[in-house]
This record gives sequence, C-alpha cells and structure tokens, in this order.
Amino acid sequence: MIPPLTTQQTMNNTTAPGLHMQNVSHAFGSHEVVIDVSVSVEAGELVCLLGPSGCGKTTLLRLAAGLEDLQRGQIRFGDEVIADSSQGRQVPPEGRNVGLMFQDFALFPHLTVMENIAFGLPQKNAGRVGWVRDTLASMGLAQYADAYPHVLSGGQQQRVALLRALAPTPRVLLLDEPFSGLDVNRRAQIRQDTFQILSQAGIATLMVTHDPEEAMFMADRILVMRGGRIVQAGRPMDIYFKPEDAFVAELFGPINALPGQVSGSQLQTPLGAFPAGSQQDGATVRVLIRPEALVLSLPAESAQGPALTVMSARSLGRSTHLTLLLEDGAEGTVLSARMPGVFLPDVGSRVHAQVAAESLLVFPAE
Amino acid sequence: MSHPTAVADRPATRALSRFLPSDRWGIATLVVALFVATPLIAVAIIALTPAPDIWKHLYNTVLFGYVRRTVTLMFGIGLGTFILGTGTAWLVTMCRFPGRGFFNWALILPLAVPTYILAFVFTDQLEYAGAVQVALRDMFGWRNRQDYWFPEIRSMGGAITVMTLVLYPYVYLLARAAFLEQSVCVIEVSRTLGKNAWQSFWHVALPLARPAIVVGMTLAMMEALNDFGTVDFFGVRTFTAGIYDVWLNMDSISGAAQLAAVLMIFVIALIMLERSARRGQKYHHTSTKMQALPGYKLRGARAGLAIAFCALPIVLGFILPAMVLLSYSVVFFDVALKANFLTITLNSLTLSFGAAVAAVGIGLVLAYGLRMGSGPLPRAAVRFASVGYAVPGAVLAIGVIIPLAKFDNAIDALSSQLFGVSPGLLFSGTVVAILYGYLARFLALSFGTVEAGLGKVSRNMDGAARTLGATPFQTMARVHFPLVRTSLMTAGLLVFVDCMKELPITIILRPFGYDTLATFVFQYASDELFEESALGALTIVAAGLIPVAILALTTLRSRPGHATGSCSA
Repeated sequence: MIPPLTTQQTMNNTTAPGLHMQNVSHAFGSHEVVIDVSVSVEAGELVCLLGPSGCGKTTLLRLAAGLEDLQRGQIRFGDEVIADSSQGRQVPPEGRNVGLMFQDFALFPHLTVMENIAFGLPQKNAGRVGWVRDTLASMGLAQYADAYPHVLSGGQQQRVALLRALAPTPRVLLLDEPFSGLDVNRRAQIRQDTFQILSQAGIATLMVTHDPEEAMFMADRILVMRGGRIVQAGRPMDIYFKPEDAFVAELFGPINALPGQVSGSQLQTPLGAFPAGSQQDGATVRVLIRPEALVLSLPAESAQGPALTVMSARSLGRSTHLTLLLEDGAEGTVLSARMPGVFLPDVGSRVHAQVAAESLLVFPAE
Repeated sequence: MSHPTAVADRPATRALSRFLPSDRWGIATLVVALFVATPLIAVAIIALTPAPDIWKHLYNTVLFGYVRRTVTLMFGIGLGTFILGTGTAWLVTMCRFPGRGFFNWALILPLAVPTYILAFVFTDQLEYAGAVQVALRDMFGWRNRQDYWFPEIRSMGGAITVMTLVLYPYVYLLARAAFLEQSVCVIEVSRTLGKNAWQSFWHVALPLARPAIVVGMTLAMMEALNDFGTVDFFGVRTFTAGIYDVWLNMDSISGAAQLAAVLMIFVIALIMLERSARRGQKYHHTSTKMQALPGYKLRGARAGLAIAFCALPIVLGFILPAMVLLSYSVVFFDVALKANFLTITLNSLTLSFGAAVAAVGIGLVLAYGLRMGSGPLPRAAVRFASVGYAVPGAVLAIGVIIPLAKFDNAIDALSSQLFGVSPGLLFSGTVVAILYGYLARFLALSFGTVEAGLGKVSRNMDGAARTLGATPFQTMARVHFPLVRTSLMTAGLLVFVDCMKELPITIILRPFGYDTLATFVFQYASDELFEESALGALTIVAAGLIPVAILALTTLRSRPGHATGSCSA
C-alpha cells in the first residue's frame, strides 16, 4: 500500500539508532513534571507513553525533540549524545533529525500540502520528492497536493502531518496524541493506516497518548506515567492483565472493586473464594474485577457462582452492559458487567456470575 | 570558617538573576521596552521629585482652573459620546428603518477627522464673520452683535460638542459589537416576561453592554485628554493646553513637567477604568449563539427621528467639514501650493512613514520577545511601554525633551573633554525627537496588532518547523513572516495615519521652522488663515479615511461570530 522506501531509508534502517533517555528530570519553575525517568526505544520499535493529562508525557516528548532544554539527565540517539545536562550539551531541534507530529498537526496554513511535506527536505532531494508524490497517491491524497491544509478533513490533515514528519527520513519519530484530533468513526481506520506506515519506516517511535486502547493497539511496549514518574513498563498484555497497582488497572475504564480477606490459602470475596496465591495469610485486600471479566449465565442453565439481581441491561449492539446488585450486606454492592453480543435478562431477575481466578486483580487494601 | 556576608549574598544574587532575563530575547525585549518607556519614566521621576516652589506657584495660580476645566471637558465628552454612540448603535443594531444599512458603516466616518480640524471648521462657520451668522443677519436684518444672541463656539461647550462629534464612534463601535454579541434570546425572554422594547433595552441590553460602552467612553476621554489643537484654539485652558503654555510661553520645562505629572493622575484613572471594564466584558457574554436580531420596525415619525439622530453626527462630524475643506481647497489651491504645501506634505509623509517602520520593527521585537517566553520583568516592561497610547502627546513630549537633553549634554561634555570639540545638541530639537515621541505614543498600536498576528502562529508550528530542520531564523522567515505579513502592514498603516494627524507632540518637539501638515494647519488656523490651509486639512482627513474604510469593509460587514475562515490563506 505504501511504496517501498528508498534505498537511502533502507540503509538507514540497518543502522537506525534507538532513542535512549536516561534519568531525565524536568521542572517548570518549582513544579516538577518529569522525575528521574528513563526510556529506551529500539529501532523499529514503537513505545507508548500512557497516562492522564499533566503526567509529564508530552514534556518527555518535547525534551527528546529538543523543544525544551534538558535540565537533568542524558538523551542519546544510538551512541550519539544529543543532550547531556552534566556536559551542558544541547543539540538544537533542527540538528537532531527527529520527526515530531503534534496533536493539532500544526500544518503551515500558508503552504500547500506538497510544500508542507517538503518543508524539511533539502531543496535538491528529487528522489525523496518522488517518494512523497507516490505516498500521497497511495493515500488517495494525490489531488490535494496543491491544496491548502484548511480544505482537508481531519484524517487527511493527520496523514499529511505524518508524511511531513517522515519525509526527511528522521532518525527518531515522536508522536504527540496523533489520533485525538480525529472523530471517533475515522479513528480506527487511520490508526490502522498509521500503524502500517510506521512499521515500514522501521525507526524508533515514541508516542504519547492518554487513550489506553490506542496504546494497546499501536505499542510494542507501554510505559504508564503518573505524576512525572513511570509507574509500570511492559508489553500491552502485561499492562492490561497484570497491572502493578490500582491506578494502572483503572486506566482502562471503570472497574468493580470488592473487599477481600485472605485466610489460609483462600481469598474470600463477596463473589466467592479463590486461591490466595502469594497473598499473606490474614491480609485484607482490595479486589478489582473488570466488567468484561464477569461471566454471567441465566439460572436455568447449569449455573455456577453467586446469584445477582439485574438492575439494568442495555444492549450496545456489539455488547451488552449490565448493572447488577450483589447482596453482600445491608446495602449490597453494585457491579458492572459487559457481556459480548446480546444478553438481556429481565430487570429484577437473577443471574449467576463467574470470575476466572486469573482475572482477579488483587492489591493491598488502602 | 564561614563568611556570613557571602552566604547571605548568595540567595539574593540568585533571586536577582532569576528575576533578570538571561536569554538574548529577554534582554533585547527589556532594553527595547525600557527605551520606549523612557519618556514615561522621565515624567514619573519628575512627578516624584519635590518641587515646592513650582507647586506653590501652580497651586496659587492655575492648578484648580486646570483641574476644573479638564474634569468638565472629560465629563461632557463622556456623556456626549455615551448618548450619541450608544443611541446610534442601538438604532442600527436593533431597529429597522430606511437608511439603516448606510448608517451602519457611515457612522464611523467622523473618526477620520481629527478633533482640531473639526474645531477649525466649526469656528470658521459659526463665528461672527462665519457663514451661519452672516446668513442669519441677512435673513433677519440684524446689524450687529447686540441685535441677537448666538452661542460662542470658542468655549467649553464648543469644545465638548466638537470633540463629541468625532469621538463618539469609539462608543458606537464597541456598543454596536456588544449589542450584536448579545444573544437575542435574553431580550426575547425579557419581552415574554412582560417588558416592552424600551424597558428591555433599559433593563437588559444596556446593562449587558455596559462594560463595552465604558471602554469606548474611556478611549474617547483619553483622546480628549490628548487633544491640544481644539482646547488651545478655543482658549479652554485644560492641562494639555497648560503644558504647552508653560513650556513655550513661560519657558519652564519643570513647570510643564509638573503639570504633565498631575495630568497623569487622570490618565491612570482612565486606564484603570478601561482595564476593569475590559475584565467585566468577559462575564457579560450571555451566549455565543447568534440569531436574527429582533429588528423593531420603525415607521412614520419614529423612523424620521431615528434617521435624524443617526444623520446628525455624520453630517456635522464628516460631511460638513469635508465639504467645507473641499471647497476651500479648490478656491485656495494656488495659495496653498505657494505656502510650501508640497514640502510640508513630504515632511508629513516621511516622518509618518519613518515612525510606522520603526514602530512595526520595535513592535515585532517586543512581540517576539514575549512569545519566546522571557521572564516577568520584560513582560512588565512591555506592558508599561504600551501604556503610551493612553498618555497625552503633550506629556510624552515633555518626557522626550528631558532625557534627550540630558543625553545631548552628556555627549557634548564628553566630546569637549576628549576632543575639545562641542557638537552641540544632537537630538533635541531635531526630527529624531518627534520620532521618539511618536514611538512612545503609538507603539501600543503596532505592538498590539503584531502580537495578535503572531498569535495566529501556534507554538506547535514553531516546533514542527524546528524539528524539520529549520533554524530559529529560518522559522521566522519561512513560517512567521508569511503568516504575519498582513498584520505588519495593518500595524504600519495604523501608525502612519495616526502620525499624519498628530499635533501636540509635533508642535512641542519640532525643530525651528519645520512643519508637518498638522502644525501647518494649526498655525494657519491660529492666524485666522484657515481657508489657506484647507488643502492640508483635507489631506489629513483623506489619510484618516484609509483605516476607516478598512474598518468599514471588514469588521462592520459581518456580525461577530459569523466571520468565516481562520488564519489560513
């Protein structure tokens, strides 16, 4: 779909450097936004910085690009030191050969699509201009080459911005919330296209997002940030299934929380007993269960697990969202569940809930 | 072992170094802003320097008269521009009557006429020998002054009338925008709650537009304080006239400076009023939703009254003076040419052009400096330097004379000491002094326009350009300049036209025998030779029409919020 990259680019790939940020700290005035963070992205790898707004992820990106002066730590592209606070070394952004794509795309309104993309190219790089033309054509944007950015749709602008960042064959690619400016319907397709382009570019890519689903889709590895620190790093599956604390678990949306008590080798919860695993005997814990981890069944079948009262059941088409009342005390606990397909028991009827032991997320009680 | 003083010094130095800008942009911004603000600082220093003798003298002689007359003038103009500006704005936005579309833009035409030129025209027409009284005498057979009563135009009332007629567009423009921005829903709600159209205006629309109207009134009053030509010509001895008088006729720079310092109290009060009203504007937005305005249909006598009310200021503030000037210009064309009209016009054009270029250049440096995010000190200095727009030209002129004279004397002394040659005064009494005064007064105009233009260039565009390999200078040339070019042109044009009209700074600072169109017209009018200088006055009005035409074509065309197209090409 995307034309093959030029030999120059392919050559770069074999030697494409990784991005290494070591012990980076940054403060605005007295407000510390990044605290002793280390990030490594190997060539051809895509790493996502995931976290709520204000967690310092965009600052980290701007530091890598050179748009903020590094206050503490070291940044290397491969073996080349790009910035080092102890040596007072700062290569200016224009000397780094990084590609940076902004959330608002930051296309130049006075330049055409072609001129925007060619902005970072040396005047006489005819071969690269050819690549740009071919790529524009393959994206269905050939007829917009001489148009101005304001006539393009959001998705088209996004692709132009991505091409502009990639055109000068950057050593490292930085993406700041590349999809958040797009409307929801187009996002999945554009994400797919972007993924393809990036996997062919084969360069180290660091992407910032606050959308966990986006991070899961795009990333080889995810770094979860909170309050300027990295709280967990790992493969997307690990982040989802083995969150190291409640904050990471809750990133993926509302979650059911239940109290738990370890006695012997058993973890007692209102939804039944489970193997305690590594939990200490006698410990009071907090058990988190994702809505999709609750497997519901109607009583008529060979139902297992405790019975819950259905408070509401709403079909969202592809899945059904239910709220359920678990009678575990005076007031009971309200749980949310998400079942695939259509599952619409009557309100007030009873269903049985089952949870696989491995989908319990157990944390010390607060 | 420890050195207590050194230890104590360290945090202080650190605090100071954090306060002072360290980057090149920050230093440049601070230096340039301080340079432009020097006249203001000079006046402030004088104000704080005790001068008991001068004060005693001023107190015993002129001070209270100046205060009383200045307050009366400001109050009269505030009230006059409020009635005329708000009334016309309400009529053209909320009512439908014949000619409304024309009045919508024509009501700003008087902005093109400087106060002093309207004063000369009115005097020319309304004095004893003027066309109006001659016609009245012919009609009724009166023979002399004793036969009838006629208001004296060269009076406080005359000054208020004349200035109101050309300054009301400030209120008109802001009130009009405020009425248009109001969601018509609130007026409809008021009507469904049982208020009639008049009550709805009084209880809903007017209070909502109040901050904008107050801003307009303060701007008009600032212009009134700045005016020198009218009050001098009419013999209304306000502070501005007093400063000129004390400086030129009594040759007392320190006395003039003390008066300037007192006048600054009025200016500061106006600035504070304006700022607080501007803050209020934010909270008075009812809705961003635009709907067709109600358009009360006026018929018969009501429509006639509305037409008369809107036509009056246009006729008196623009059409009449334009016709008078035009006819005199034709009749006295040869006389004007003989009076060096071309040289004087060239003086005006060069001076205004030079000031425009300098103001845009400096405005660009300051806007950039702030964009580069230098510390609080440069920021404060820039804000201070842009206060000049509110300060009367006469005050700024005094503020220019003092530091320039000090500078010239220092150079002179240094040169005599080192080389035994006395170069005399280098800048005082040259056009450089006038240019400095123009800059101090009109920098805010260019700075504001450039800053707004630069605001369209997002910081991410800078980031994109830099990461694509452009140096800061290339970013400026390839991204910023093409995007702010139009703003720079506008800024230059605005400063140019204001300099063409400028009178008080020019007349105080001009070199001996040097004239601009404004001083030429003023001089001739003062010598009762107004007709001969009409061509000059007409030229000034014509230049003033340029920004008015642009305003009429752009802002007045569409309702706010309906403007289409962003910053893009």
